[in-house]
Amino acid sequence: MTSILVRAAAMLGGGREDLRIRDGEIASRGSLTPERGETVIDADGLVALPGLVDLHTHLREPGFEASETVLTGTRAAAAGGFTAVHAMANTSPVADTAGVVEQVARLGDEHGYATVRPIGAVTVGLAGERLAEIGAMARSRAAVRVFSDDGLCVADPLLMRRALEYVATFGGVIAQHAQEPRLTEGAQMNEGALSGELGLAGWPAVAEEAIIARDVLLAEHVGARLHICHVSTAGSVDIVRWAKARGISVTAEVTPHHLLLTEELARGYDARFKVNPPLRRDEDVHALRAALADGTIDIVATDHAPHPSEAKECAWAEAAFGMVGLESALSVVQHTMIESGMLDWADIARVLSEAPASIGRLDGYDAPLAIGAPAHVTLVDPTAARTWSTSDLRGRSSNTPFAGRVLPGRVMATIHAGALTVSDGEVVDAAELGTKEGD
Amino acid sequence: MKHLLSTRDLDRDTAVRILDIAEEMSRTADRAVRKLPTLRGKTVVNLFFEDSTRTRLSFESAAKRLSADVITFSAKGSSVSKGESLKDTAQTLEAMGADAIVVRHGVSGAAELLAHAGWIDATIVNAGDGTHEHPTQALLDAYTIRSRRFGDDARGRDLAGLRIVIVGDILHSRVARSNVWLLTALGAHVHLVAPRTLLPSGISTWPVTVHESLDDALDTGPDAVMMLRIQSERMHDAYFPSEREYAREWGLTAERATRLGPDTMVMHPGPMNRGLEISSVAADSPASTVLDQVSNGVFVRMAVLYLLVAGESQEES
Repeated sequence: MTSILVRAAAMLGGGREDLRIRDGEIASRGSLTPERGETVIDADGLVALPGLVDLHTHLREPGFEASETVLTGTRAAAAGGFTAVHAMANTSPVADTAGVVEQVARLGDEHGYATVRPIGAVTVGLAGERLAEIGAMARSRAAVRVFSDDGLCVADPLLMRRALEYVATFGGVIAQHAQEPRLTEGAQMNEGALSGELGLAGWPAVAEEAIIARDVLLAEHVGARLHICHVSTAGSVDIVRWAKARGISVTAEVTPHHLLLTEELARGYDARFKVNPPLRRDEDVHALRAALADGTIDIVATDHAPHPSEAKECAWAEAAFGMVGLESALSVVQHTMIESGMLDWADIARVLSEAPASIGRLDGYDAPLAIGAPAHVTLVDPTAARTWSTSDLRGRSSNTPFAGRVLPGRVMATIHAGALTVSDGEVVDAAELGTKEGD
Repeated sequence: MKHLLSTRDLDRDTAVRILDIAEEMSRTADRAVRKLPTLRGKTVVNLFFEDSTRTRLSFESAAKRLSADVITFSAKGSSVSKGESLKDTAQTLEAMGADAIVVRHGVSGAAELLAHAGWIDATIVNAGDGTHEHPTQALLDAYTIRSRRFGDDARGRDLAGLRIVIVGDILHSRVARSNVWLLTALGAHVHLVAPRTLLPSGISTWPVTVHESLDDALDTGPDAVMMLRIQSERMHDAYFPSEREYAREWGLTAERATRLGPDTMVMHPGPMNRGLEISSVAADSPASTVLDQVSNGVFVRMAVLYLLVAGESQEES
């Protein structure tokens, strides 16, 4: 593997430094002289972040390759500065066996754009009836540590209790999609004055908060680790804050879209804004930002959910839930959290790399950019700005809710395990990456 | 005005104008030849994804009396039931030369989507979308109230100061939503009555008075009482315990009907569940406007099609 010299990057909490990457590791830092045959990246004006880690990605393969594949999804991830993604289990077949999770992880390794960490289903077929073979997935080559029925809530309290206890055996965590199913039957958007006016069935905040309240108490009772997916309401933030103060082992994520967008966007019935959990009120958006700033919410995770255009170009109630988010995540977080002064770049590294890796028990992210650490690096130009459009996407689907908005920042280079996956702001070709051609 | 999607888009003057044109249209009903040449050469498509014989016939009749070519497209047994998308269906109909599409759809926002998604250019008339709105129903209700109250003196008037009580499943009712915005724009006071389970969230932000007792609402001396159709399957979703309890608490029983003032209109958008939300005594009383509402529906829809489809030159006159 050739070596890469990153010149004059702004380091977190320090000045500018050169960074030499060799054999997949950070080989040296400081003021370095280019060597013969070395790839040199001029990072003057760029911020060096540790490679970003997404704890919540839908790669859709196997089964829904019309929406996304491991290859297209990890290319989108690389474009957004991610070097690792956690692939949700709601594929077809469901990732509820060692065979499926090993296949997904292997596809990620073959393509090389990002480390793909499969998330195992909690229950067989996501049916919420009996536990999937969690031990087999944990002990497989994919070494699964995060388990989730995402898209569906583990609603049965007994099953949730058992799942929390059982995954603890393998150092795992349950990532709960908190949605009380009976309270959200047919739900289409946030329940409130606007849903009443638009005549769309409401998704009440209490349906999320009731499950979070139950699950933090269960986690406390059995002494297990719980992660809450895509927290979306101010009330949920209060419960998580209470649970953490009590010493309960709970972590929480927020999506970029819940940090920026509100339910008002449902007004035109444009299904690009249909997502689960739904976009909430302005008060919720501000509570989520404050919670991310004060550490109540640990991480940002994308919930990247690709859908083909026909699943969105239809009447609201008939459209699919979900938005793509890998490519835009860092820009949205810069816009909502850095430009508002609530976080700095070192915090961004924490909430988008170190903390999600820690929750997912993903090695190699605990000493970011330290000499000898695996070389996962993202170089971002914080001064760039662009009017977001579908042409900025690199995955297979185009259901971005941010089109037409001016977003700051741009990922100029991504280095995954010592290899450039994004160079000069563009995703490199598979041939250049030196891995197997896919797709 | 290019489309009619929601009564929220109608201000007082526009609404009064539509009612006045509907009044003109009603006069044609007495002529030997009922047809007007206004929409000759125009094509109006009735696109009905949901069964609604009454509304469909009313729109068909309205378009035909204006001499439009009328195509009716019912989803049942058509390409739609074979999985064709709303977008493809709409584009197909426009390619066949539709100037206006009257759409009834079971999903809230379907009409808005057809008007604004950029798929087609045709004028869209919302004939009921999910639990959102049914603007021509509200217009015909307002027309009915105005002509009952003011008779030959109705022209140019709004409904200032009138008190209208709407009773029943507000949560799922597109008729209620459209009426709240329209009647309020026309200056009326709207009172809603329902069990809390059937009131939409955020009702406190609506420009209405909410009552939890039907008797309290009737004691306010309303000019009209509008009973909404209740679907008995709602009780399976725990919105109310039983039909019997609903009828007793929220129905316009014979006893309540006899207590109404002599000039209080009894309205219902139809089809009625006699014995549930409305008793036969009330439905068949002289105070009932149910059949007027049906005939007025044609005039109001003629007015709407005339305004939206006839074009600039006609609008001047």
